[in-house]
Amino acid sequence: MDVTNWNNYPVKNAEVVFFDTKGELRKLIDTNEHLIARGLGRCYGDASLSDTIIEMGKYEKALHFDRESGVFECQAGLSLDDILKITVPHGWFLPVTPGTKFITAGGAVASDIHGKNHHVDGSFSNHVLKLDIMLADGTITSCGPEEKADLFRATCGGMGLTGIILGVRFRLKKIETSYITQRQVKASNLDELLGYFEEYKHYTYSVAWIDCLKKGKHFGRSILMLGEHSRNEELPDKLAADPLVVHGDPKLTVPFNLPAFVLNKFSVKSFNALYYGKNLKKIQQGIVHYDPYFYPLDFVHSWNRMYGKKGFVQYQFVLPLSATDGLVRIMRRISEKNMGSFLTVLKVFGPQQSLISFPMEGYTLAMDFAIEDGLFEFLDELDQIVEEYGGRLYLTKDARMNARFFHDSYPHFREFAEIVRKYDPQEKFSSLMSKRLEIRG
Amino acid sequence: MKNILLLGAYSDIGQALARAYAAEGNNVWLAGRKQEKLDDLAADLRIRYDQGVETFLFDAADTDSHESFLEGLPVLPDSVVCIFGYLGEQEQAQSDWEQAHRILMANYVGAVSVLNRVADAFEHRGKGSIVGISSVAGERGRQSNYLYGSAKGGFTLYLQGLRNRLFKKGVHVLTVKPGFVDTRMTEHLQLPGPLTAKPEQVARAVVKAERKKKNTLYVLWMWRWIMLIIKLIPEPVFKRLSL
Ligand SMILES: Cc1cc2nc3c(=O)[nH]c(=O)nc-3n(C[C@H](O)[C@H](O)[C@H](O)COP(=O)(O)OP(=O)(O)OC[C@H]3O[C@@H](n4cnc5c(N)ncnc54)[C@H](O)[C@@H]3O)c2cc1C
Ligand SMILES: NC(=O)c1ccc[n+]([C@@H]2O[C@H](COP(=O)([O-])OP(=O)(O)OC[C@H]3O[C@@H](n4cnc5c(N)ncnc54)[C@H](OP(=O)(O)O)[C@@H]3O)[C@@H](O)[C@H]2O)c1
Repeated sequence: MDVTNWNNYPVKNAEVVFFDTKGELRKLIDTNEHLIARGLGRCYGDASLSDTIIEMGKYEKALHFDRESGVFECQAGLSLDDILKITVPHGWFLPVTPGTKFITAGGAVASDIHGKNHHVDGSFSNHVLKLDIMLADGTITSCGPEEKADLFRATCGGMGLTGIILGVRFRLKKIETSYITQRQVKASNLDELLGYFEEYKHYTYSVAWIDCLKKGKHFGRSILMLGEHSRNEELPDKLAADPLVVHGDPKLTVPFNLPAFVLNKFSVKSFNALYYGKNLKKIQQGIVHYDPYFYPLDFVHSWNRMYGKKGFVQYQFVLPLSATDGLVRIMRRISEKNMGSFLTVLKVFGPQQSLISFPMEGYTLAMDFAIEDGLFEFLDELDQIVEEYGGRLYLTKDARMNARFFHDSYPHFREFAEIVRKYDPQEKFSSLMSKRLEIRG
Repeated sequence: MKNILLLGAYSDIGQALARAYAAEGNNVWLAGRKQEKLDDLAADLRIRYDQGVETFLFDAADTDSHESFLEGLPVLPDSVVCIFGYLGEQEQAQSDWEQAHRILMANYVGAVSVLNRVADAFEHRGKGSIVGISSVAGERGRQSNYLYGSAKGGFTLYLQGLRNRLFKKGVHVLTVKPGFVDTRMTEHLQLPGPLTAKPEQVARAVVKAERKKKNTLYVLWMWRWIMLIIKLIPEPVFKRLSL
């Protein structure tokens, strides 16, 4: 069966299997070579593709939810979408969430995802209490920040190479309402924007949209989007009647058409509409439900197909805070080349202590490129700039970087590879990505 | 609030039914062959719906155990939903009795064994509801799946007979013919999208049809007409087709 992830590149002909019980999974591990777990396939590339793909989608039961303390445990195939439906009505939210709710708990751990609150709350693994993992020999091991810490550290962000994550126990975040008090601040150029990031860094959520087409003194024209979970007293009466309403409720109307911003043709228009339209004031404030706030793209099903058959890639890098020059150089190159999206998303990461996770203190920028002739050569060129400034690329968004760049740009790569070897000496678990990046040598 | 017994609860359709019944404020009793699966499903349902959830080991093919299985329930349930089934390998079953037997047990004999007892108890009480998940495959024998089809066909007729018998006794019987459903049973098949339902769709339709005391439910309306046409093809023509 042909399998491909969110960006439709690459395509892998694979045997796709699933399991209901630990015994069945063990049998699959015993009888197959080159296995990798796959959640909802929301990574952009080859991380969850291999000869044999273990679909986690049916292993999706909620196992424990303490409504007092906010500790939640589930099988690794449960989606964030379902977790929110279960926890929000009781006043608990995901500690960290990506830009889509259609990913699994296992995928959140394996990519050690980050959200708009990284500078305050760190990445997903910072909130994980315990993982249950089936190792290559079929045994099940628990690990956590203090228990079997080497296995834990290599599993968070380890892209599925230590074993199959079966269960995830983590801490939720207390909320009073399911709404976000949003604040938008316009910046007329990059310097101004970076200043605002600093000025508003006490905000829990922050991310900026940048118009890459603007040159000259408006280079980096952008909107910084800030947010806090709304408190009860902030809600207008209409919303206060049901302050913890979950998404998907038909009562909720969604006045939102931003998803088009991923598409070059429409993106500039919708950005301009936002920048010049009703958004006349420099600072704009409002209350929105968490669904359009965090997951605008989820409102357009299968927008990824709009890039056509060849697919697309996302290029997400992080550069240290000191490397604003590098940031400018990369953005300039992209707008000269006219290849990427006209709009990109910029975020400032806080410090992060981890083995192989992507975030590090600095600027991260993500942008989509339709696959076309010359693209990969161009991205190689960008890799050089990223490397020059001591940055790196996000594995879960990568389908093309070379092994040497990866090895040199992740400072703990060798230690990571050692731990993977220790727990999986026979290389049972491998993916197109682990081969491409020569993680096992 | 009712007590709903789900036989074959961990099937994809069964899980969707358990969620739908619990979401409507009922207690759900999960019966199946593997305790680990039942425990996982039970934990999930308790967390999501705050309803009473119980688990019971049950094997449709082990007919000797059915009496004690039913006696082991806390009380007689309000509804029994018979979901288990097995598609099997038609070609293998043509020459391998063990395979054929498994198909007959899982789709017909096991169901009769357990529902006979349920029917008596419901008749005696003068109240209750029986839901059977049968199949459109039971409406006409075809070379590609007549073992499964004949067992489901038998099950459909059995439910029809039960309905005829129990109607006067205040017991309702609903026959469900889902058409294609996107589940692990059909995962290896290429199903036509518009004719294929999601398990959640089946579950919603079943809960509603039971409430409205429908007799037969085709989950997607097209299937009623498709099967009508298939049944209308004269046998001399039908036998020449490869279906
Ligand atoms: C619209 C969109 C927005 C996004 N926004 C963000 C964002 O803001 N921040 C961010 O960090 N990411 C973001 N992502 C990326 C996404 O969060 C990650 O790729 C995530 O890992 C996908 O999870 P998944 O369940 O779909 O897993 P897959 O994509 O199927 O797999 C991803 C990796 O996880 C591994 N894996 C999955 N399940 C298991 C398991 N049970 N055991 C072991 N390994 C496993 C796979 O082997 C693979 O290496 C976004 C993606 C999309 C499509
Ligand atoms: N999918 C379709 O297109 C379709 C169409 C029409 C009708 N149906 C019917 O819908 C019902 C549910 O099937 P599904 O599609 O949800 O597939 P499924 O997930 O494969 O479910 C089949 C279930 O039957 C159970 N089972 C099989 N033999 C059993 C036995 N001897 N004792 C107890 N349980 C037994 C299995 O239990 P274990 O979990 O223990 O293996 C499994 O849970 C079946 O009756 C099927 O025939 C399905």
